[in-house]
Amino acid sequence: MLSIAGIANSIHQWLNETFSSGWATLLEFVLVGILVISFFAFLGLVLVFMERKVSAYMQLRVGPNRVGYKGLAQTLADTIKLVVKEGLTPDGADKFLFNFAPFLVLIASMLLMAPIAFAKDFQIWDINIGVLYITAISSISVIGVLMAGWSSNNKYSLLGAMRSGAQIVSYELSAGLAIMTIVILAGSIRLSDIIASQENGWWIFKGHIPAIIAFVIYIIAVTAETNRAPFDLAEAESELTAGFHTEYSGMKFALFFLSEYVNIFIVCAIGATLFLGGWMPLHIGHWEGFNHIMDFIPSSLWFMGKTFFLIFLIMWFRWTFPRLRIDQLLNLEWKYLLPISLFNLLLVTFIALMGWYF
Amino acid sequence: MGAGSLIVLIICGIAFAGGGILLSKVLAQTSTNAQKGQAYECGVPTQGRSWIQLNVGYYLFAILFLIFDVELVFLYPWAVVVREAGWMAFLEIVIFLFILFLGFLYAHKKGALKWM
Repeated sequence: MLSIAGIANSIHQWLNETFSSGWATLLEFVLVGILVISFFAFLGLVLVFMERKVSAYMQLRVGPNRVGYKGLAQTLADTIKLVVKEGLTPDGADKFLFNFAPFLVLIASMLLMAPIAFAKDFQIWDINIGVLYITAISSISVIGVLMAGWSSNNKYSLLGAMRSGAQIVSYELSAGLAIMTIVILAGSIRLSDIIASQENGWWIFKGHIPAIIAFVIYIIAVTAETNRAPFDLAEAESELTAGFHTEYSGMKFALFFLSEYVNIFIVCAIGATLFLGGWMPLHIGHWEGFNHIMDFIPSSLWFMGKTFFLIFLIMWFRWTFPRLRIDQLLNLEWKYLLPISLFNLLLVTFIALMGWYF
Repeated sequence: MGAGSLIVLIICGIAFAGGGILLSKVLAQTSTNAQKGQAYECGVPTQGRSWIQLNVGYYLFAILFLIFDVELVFLYPWAVVVREAGWMAFLEIVIFLFILFLGFLYAHKKGALKWM
């Protein structure tokens, strides 16, 4: 059967037969680089378009529909507009940090692509500490945000960055504890092992109560971590203009914007991998016929479907809940989510030790 | 692919960001005037400095985060082996989290979690 892993393998074989091993590895690296960069650009274009369309339909509008078929080329046109804009550096800014911050944010989100399993046996690097790697790298981007806000020499930027920093580090805790729930159930922090452990059912079904609590906490926490509404205090338009990227323009702004959307994709992909089985089709215990039918849907389609469902969920939140105040936001994390997730951790350990999961 | 992929990804990030910025440097029109480099605020000149001291509240949250995050790192190896280690590991983590929770309650009592 034609699969993405099969194609990747045959390319790998062909390269190794045609070139010497050193050149083959180098060419593979170049191929991966080109793939990742084009995937990045593709994600940016698709997610921005999706965001605008989803927002539009939720508000009974049509959304962008002029450029290209049904407005599909709208984000492309926006990108061209952003490229031909002048990238300004304010006079009072710390020039080095100001220009370095977009690089840092982008590299952080690019590094997060490494352990994600896009399809069956199709990962850039099946790292054995996958979950730990993800939590470690995802906390780098907050440094980029603080750097951008501080170096702009602008009060809005600084306030936005401080708020954003406080928010991201706070919610990282409950996101980490929610991830830990699945680590306890699966007994491994390698992502491919976690996916393999969901062969007879996804953890959200198999782990019942604690997994569902963890899933809800995870979704809330990543919504806050990616600075999305209702937790978008860092760039609350009506009070802080645009938060930490107020002073950025042109392509540098576009890079922040892009990495924001790519981060949404990544956190949703991780959520889908841990709770909804990644590329694993919907399998139910010993229902052989049902499982067999589900296997016919390609694994990449399962992964993308789950991820985009979660992305849709996060976009849905934006038009459902009003924005919180900063003190309410921190209260929610420290007084509700954190104690609940600590308790949930004990609950899941108890259930895992008793063997009360499927 | 091994750890080399991380270097590839870092290079990709630099190439993507650098390429984009370079492209816009080439394509974009530039002009200068006296007002252009000023901070974007309300239209009137900025009052005072922007690099100011901020509320200590942010700092307290950062410290609390540090404590809990280090604890989280300790929990990872535990979480991987807890099913093999059995009830002893459960008891230990209950004690560990209880002590941590006491500290959390102390911070709460002292008002570290209150905003402003």
